[in-house]
Amino acid sequence: MSTATPNLTYNYKVVRQFTIMTVVWGIIGMGMGVLIASQLRFPFMNFDLPWTHFGRLRPLHTNLVIFGFGGSALFATSYYVVQRTCQARLFSDGLAAFTFWGWQAVLVAACITLPMGLTSTKEYAELEWPIDILITLVWVAYAMVYFGTITKRQTKHIYVANWFYGAFILTVAVLHIGNNLELPVSAFKSYSIYSGVTDAMMQWWWGHNAVGFFLTAGFLGMMYYFVPKQADRPVYSYRLSIVHFWALIATYVWAGGHHLHYSALPDWAQTAGMIMSLILLAPSWGGMINGMMTLSGAWHKLRTDPILRFLVVSLSFYGMSTFEGPMMAIKTVNALSHDTDWTIGHVHSGALGWVAMISIGAVYHLIPRLWGMTRMYSVGLINLHFWLATIGTVLYIVAMWVNGIMQGLMWRAVNADGTLTYSFVEALENSMPGYLIRLIGGGIFFTGMLVMAYNVRMTIRQKDAVALDNSAVQTA
Amino acid sequence: MDINDLRGIHTLLVLVAFIGIVWWAYSANRRKANDEAANLPFADDEIDQRTREREKNTENKK
Repeated sequence: MSTATPNLTYNYKVVRQFTIMTVVWGIIGMGMGVLIASQLRFPFMNFDLPWTHFGRLRPLHTNLVIFGFGGSALFATSYYVVQRTCQARLFSDGLAAFTFWGWQAVLVAACITLPMGLTSTKEYAELEWPIDILITLVWVAYAMVYFGTITKRQTKHIYVANWFYGAFILTVAVLHIGNNLELPVSAFKSYSIYSGVTDAMMQWWWGHNAVGFFLTAGFLGMMYYFVPKQADRPVYSYRLSIVHFWALIATYVWAGGHHLHYSALPDWAQTAGMIMSLILLAPSWGGMINGMMTLSGAWHKLRTDPILRFLVVSLSFYGMSTFEGPMMAIKTVNALSHDTDWTIGHVHSGALGWVAMISIGAVYHLIPRLWGMTRMYSVGLINLHFWLATIGTVLYIVAMWVNGIMQGLMWRAVNADGTLTYSFVEALENSMPGYLIRLIGGGIFFTGMLVMAYNVRMTIRQKDAVALDNSAVQTA
Repeated sequence: MDINDLRGIHTLLVLVAFIGIVWWAYSANRRKANDEAANLPFADDEIDQRTREREKNTENKK
């Protein structure tokens, strides 16, 4: 195989760039999250300025963590995995560099426009039309680099991780363009071409698949490479991974209707969304079990390897939130949970527990390898980060469960004469302790990210020192 | 035959396709290919090593 091309090397430069930006955007995006969490508990944290208001910073938080942190992690790992499992260099170094700088430009544009109040108001698609066009250009370049590399492969098979990354890239392209069809009226104002409930359905077709393909399929690609690599054994069942892939992608696109229960959306579409969400439990758990069972016979490694612990705990959170999700999609459960903090808790058990933890594990796996070291500067600090991340996530989601169920019950409580038992403000007042615990949990998780940044910085500095040693030896 | 019949047939076809995928993935003559594919993450250390050495050399020249 590699003997056929004795000069073949990989493009690690773009992987290094995206890996560093994963940490950077993670800190900025999660810091933003801690800030807006503090605003809900302490309203003066809005600073009475339009640019720092919760309503403007909340979309900035979601954009930076999903597209900045998660997106950079996906770019970095997909470029790394596709090269290593196809035994081919990236299709084009120039296009890959364009995706890096283009994606950073999108994120910087988000940091400028969202606080200014420039928004198309579609959740997870708030960025206005000029930025949407830039995203499309970057994404087309990404698809060319990615699929171009697969066509250059020297291996017979396309490893399963690439199927998941490929589905993520293709589907996000379709969703992004479909949902963002809009008529510009000025440089930074546009209106969706859809109206009424059609617009809502398009929005949640995008919104739920941003979860299903951006935050799930892409990260499952990560799981299928980094869990086997870190555990040093092939995936538990390759044939299960094939079934997992087709079942997951065939089901996810239909589930978005569950965001619109009891709305103007036709009943049959709501029910279809609910049924598809329930079916999703099967492929989700199939994938989780496949990842977990990869460790069978190597469970002892969890005792000594905090990176593996990050990867495996992320799978536990994945299993938990993909059980919770279908349950919340049941109409009668949704009648209680809708619009409450339970939803926020569910999202964060997926976002912090699954997406962030598997990305963090992948980053710790990648950093030493990309900079030519054998291990991170401090394994103890990885362990510290692991506990901060786990405790932070648990505090966060428990606070939101308690708040959410309490809010749902208070909102629906009625007196014997049919009047509401509680006013909205009473439910809000009772949510305050939960908001404080959420703030603390988020702060702990954020602290873990700072520990990671320090560890990454020291690892790279260590590498500089080693490079210096080598050159000294050579000149001597 | 109206559009709902087509929808019903479509559902059945998707079910058949899915069962086909499961049957194909689990069939005995896929075993070797599956094992090969599953080991791909462990098959390219040579290229990885070469990449790092080249990068180190170009850095030392600077």
